[in-house]
Amino acid sequence: MGMTVVEKILARAAGLPATKAGDVVEPRVDLAMSHENGALVINQFKEIYKDTGREPKPWDPSRIALIFDHRVPAEGPKTATNHKMIRGFAAQHGICKFHDIRGDRGGICHQILPEYGYVRPGSVVVGTDSHTTSHGALGAFSFGIGATEMASVWALGVALNIEVPPTIKVVVRGRFPEFVGPKDLILHIIGKLTAQGANFRVLEFHGETITAMSTSGRLVICNMSVEAGATSGIVPADDETERYLRTEAGVTDPIDRVLPDADAVYESVLEIDVSKLEPQIACPHTVDNVKPVQQVAGKALQQIVIGSCTNGRLDDLAAAARILEGKKVAEGTRMLVFPASGRIYAQALEAGYLKTFMKAGAVVMNPGCGPCLGVHQGALGDGEVALATTNRNFKGRMGNPKSEVYLCSPAVAAASAITGVITDPRAGGR
Amino acid sequence: MGKVVLKLGRDISTDDIYPGRFMATVLPTETPQFCFHDRTEFNARLNSKQIAPGSFVVADENFGCGSSREQAASAIRGHELNVVARSIARIFMQNAINLGLSLIICPTIEASEGDELELAEGKVVNKTTGKQFATVPLPPARQAIIDAGGLVPYTRKKLLEQPAR
Repeated sequence: MGMTVVEKILARAAGLPATKAGDVVEPRVDLAMSHENGALVINQFKEIYKDTGREPKPWDPSRIALIFDHRVPAEGPKTATNHKMIRGFAAQHGICKFHDIRGDRGGICHQILPEYGYVRPGSVVVGTDSHTTSHGALGAFSFGIGATEMASVWALGVALNIEVPPTIKVVVRGRFPEFVGPKDLILHIIGKLTAQGANFRVLEFHGETITAMSTSGRLVICNMSVEAGATSGIVPADDETERYLRTEAGVTDPIDRVLPDADAVYESVLEIDVSKLEPQIACPHTVDNVKPVQQVAGKALQQIVIGSCTNGRLDDLAAAARILEGKKVAEGTRMLVFPASGRIYAQALEAGYLKTFMKAGAVVMNPGCGPCLGVHQGALGDGEVALATTNRNFKGRMGNPKSEVYLCSPAVAAASAITGVITDPRAGGR
Repeated sequence: MGKVVLKLGRDISTDDIYPGRFMATVLPTETPQFCFHDRTEFNARLNSKQIAPGSFVVADENFGCGSSREQAASAIRGHELNVVARSIARIFMQNAINLGLSLIICPTIEASEGDELELAEGKVVNKTTGKQFATVPLPPARQAIIDAGGLVPYTRKKLLEQPAR
């Protein structure tokens, strides 16, 4: 019986000839990523070693990544002290994949991992962040876990009691119309599947649209797979994966494409044609409350946010800058831009995008997660409405339960910044 | 036996259970104060110890969706509440099991705030309405972690079975 790509990855990582959905395995972990919540991981890690007579030493420091992104630079003493503790732990154990608060090497974890070539096709990646699903874009099985589970990985080097998830095959066909792209596709999919439609399942992406999609776009669809509940999204490795890893991530060692078998068993198949897809909006307060932009056009906005691990990459900023070039952000609306990494920030600076944003009246912020989850800058006032290229619109997500968040693509966000209301970029946001 | 102290709808996110702005607080001893923080009245009742340990939070489908923040599970655990939900999001379920939070999957549960619930073998009994609802057992692989008292002792045991590094 054939295997899906995740069944194959888990078989290899568990040293088994094969696995199938429902099997329980203990896969070796290739990369274990944490951010500020590394503070809790360290605490739980020390708990595991308590009264064992053994020194708490991680199984393999070269496979641990620690990246500061949620509250950078620290917004208060508690975060700063957490940063200090994690920094000390990284130094003590020689953790080289440590990305401190820096303009050169810093950034959002889900951008740093691909950018630095830390993720490879066929890898098992775990992260103490639900959007760890992102790294399926490079053909890895990558999923979010809690801090205690991460502490267990640090101690043992394996993920314990992992049930091999069933897979939903998503086949995407057609060419995106102008101003429609990966974000609209994944919002459309989440709307179809619902917020729990893929709970405990993998979304494996196929089809000509995915083949033609850049790694940047694949990161968007895998990133938000978790919003349908998915354990992971995954795009089996192909030429584009190899191009990205070689030319953008500087990977020189052999790349092993792990692919699903032709006779793999899928739980179900979802087919989507994007050729007539419209720009999509996720309305408050669930990500599966998805509507075509026309149905919510005209909604007044006090804040626009472009950035995050979902849509803070160079092509996202380029799409927004193209629309905002020579235009102004509407009075009464504020616009925040936060590139996903220091590298992207520098590239956007060089390309002139940041200047375009600033001349339009947007505030360009340092790379980080802050506004997306209401933990650091960009909070909303009572009754305010935001439109964001981020990934969640839960009640209170942007720091205030009395506000509303709508989600969209960079093109819709930019077109709407000019008008101050939700605007279809096809209808003259240009 | 315990009272239903909070009845929730579907897709209750971990942002609802433990808002992001308190995420710099990580220790299980400190997180309970922010449990359901933005449900102001309920949070106040929790923090003033007006809610008895063993009380029930009852939710519809997809409880605990969203962020992997473990604080959401540790905050509820700290108040010793039971959670009965029609279905539970994956990461939250795993976090709850790892920390020893009492979590019951009960796809047909019907209960209102104030109802008395009792946990029995394979079912939840609503003493107030007299109705019974079948529960879904956790997969055996997860039950092993619960039986060990959580993931910390479970991992410790595994660690001690290996030679020291």
